[in-house]
Amino acid sequence: METGKPNLEVMADTLMALAEHDRDLLVVTSDSRGSGKLVPFAAAFPDQVVEVGIAEQNLVGIAAGLASAGKKVFAVSPACFLTARSLEQIKNDVAYSDQPVTVVGISAGVSYGSLGTTHHSLHDYAVMRTINNIDVLAPADNFETAEAIKAAYTLRRPVYVRFGKQAMPHLYGPGATFEVGKANVLSQGADVTFVATGETVPRAVQAAAVLEGEGLSCGVISVHTLKPFDEAAVLDAAANTRALVTVEEHSIFGGLGEACASALMQSGVRVPFKIVGLPDDHTVTGSQNEIFNHYGISADGLANTARQLLQVGITA
Amino acid sequence: MSIQDLQRKSVEYRKTILKIIHHAHAGHTGGSLSCIDILNVLYNHVMNVSPDTFDDPTRDRYVQSKGHSVEALYTVLADKGFFPVEDLDTMEQYGSHFTGHPTRDIPGIEQNTGALGHGLSVSVGMALAAKLDKRPYRVFTLLGDGELTEGSSWEASMTAAHYKLDNLVVIIDRNKLQITGPTETVVALEPLADKFAAFGYAVRQCDGNDIAALVETFDRVPFEPGKPNLILANTVKGKGISFTENVVAWHHKVPTDDELSRAMAELDRAAAEIEVMA
Repeated sequence: METGKPNLEVMADTLMALAEHDRDLLVVTSDSRGSGKLVPFAAAFPDQVVEVGIAEQNLVGIAAGLASAGKKVFAVSPACFLTARSLEQIKNDVAYSDQPVTVVGISAGVSYGSLGTTHHSLHDYAVMRTINNIDVLAPADNFETAEAIKAAYTLRRPVYVRFGKQAMPHLYGPGATFEVGKANVLSQGADVTFVATGETVPRAVQAAAVLEGEGLSCGVISVHTLKPFDEAAVLDAAANTRALVTVEEHSIFGGLGEACASALMQSGVRVPFKIVGLPDDHTVTGSQNEIFNHYGISADGLANTARQLLQVGITA
Repeated sequence: MSIQDLQRKSVEYRKTILKIIHHAHAGHTGGSLSCIDILNVLYNHVMNVSPDTFDDPTRDRYVQSKGHSVEALYTVLADKGFFPVEDLDTMEQYGSHFTGHPTRDIPGIEQNTGALGHGLSVSVGMALAAKLDKRPYRVFTLLGDGELTEGSSWEASMTAAHYKLDNLVVIIDRNKLQITGPTETVVALEPLADKFAAFGYAVRQCDGNDIAALVETFDRVPFEPGKPNLILANTVKGKGISFTENVVAWHHKVPTDDELSRAMAELDRAAAEIEVMA
């Protein structure tokens, strides 16, 4: 897979392109324009940046007030603080008040790696999924990121988008499509389907390649929208494959895996099934890659999880 | 509207507040009675807002950060014609949109509030949008004194001053009581005027239950160019009814049938006194 840019940069590029034609587009930041790769945006559109300093609750409240007056607001801040410290503002000022704010969680999951748990967001899918009237997007690669930002801009409703810092491999070729609420089937397979979201999707693609080399038939689905959740895609995969492995850069509680489990159980579908994510533990110290590898979010780790479910060629 | 007309309205508003709380068997009596004169002056003297112009992007905005005094807001909005006053008979009943805190489901309400410490940030956003768009509207925000211990109020205050939002008017309903007791014994707020001044506001104090004083104070807005406005409105919790004034229990106590009758009689006497003075 050819590597592109960090999704953060794609977000900033996409906002630049949109702002070019829309003076009502505002970026609100909490001393985070540097980490959000928004310095060029601020240079090009100084009147379209609102700086609130390190004050995430205020960030979201101000974003809601600006949106109420017709501004198209992207409230950008590290996901760990934004979705914890400002959770009540997201719930009340944005979602409950139906203000069309895009809440952008940057450096999400374990992007901050060795900075530790204070800087990890492993809860954001769970808390955002339980808030009424907000969509939850977790783009995987540059294409999905650009499309997610454009979709949030167009939707004019409460949206949460999260992504990380690493340069991401390209998953799509020309002609790719993106629709909020509709998962993208990257490949189909009869033996195991990896249902992944956000920046773990390339790992699932790599695991599928490993297993394909062993003669297994593998599918990969990129669930770029956690809410509204594409149950049909998951049920279809369950009906046409022998096992499902879900993959996410999030706690194993309350995220993609449990959304899939809920869809399967309530539909009466039984299939060998495993949730791969961050366990209920103090997260190991390391880079994003090292943390992924530690918890089995890697080509080998995911392939092994699939083998265990299929009870073939288990290696460790 | 004359001072006497506004005074007459305040008496009627107090009656409505007590009636709807009595009918609903729920509500925040003390805080609604303390702030009702402020809302009266805002909606009937200060702000250019009405049901006919509520979609006008240049309308003035009101955000009630102290969302629990929603009965005062409902009362004034009904009087302004945003909805029939009879709708308030459904307040807090099963299936009603008239919940115990403001929601945008109700005509005339700009922003959902109720969780304390939210209104000021939202209002800063609204006022900032007016500046960015070079629109003349102003944003009026009512904060309870008890909610000032929420840190977000001070985050918002810093940005209001930083962006020189002299189109933002923050009113503190300074009744000095919260649900547990006096604000100064729960977590002391004083010297409150100095704190807001230090945060960059132009600060004025007035008697928040004196219609004439409120009119005079609001008429001077903006107090200083380039500074957000802060009106420290000294009020009495439960104002207007002898047995509710300054009684902590009336934070959300509901009047009995007998208490409602006594309150109505007191308000009738207050109305008569206004006519004598006029």
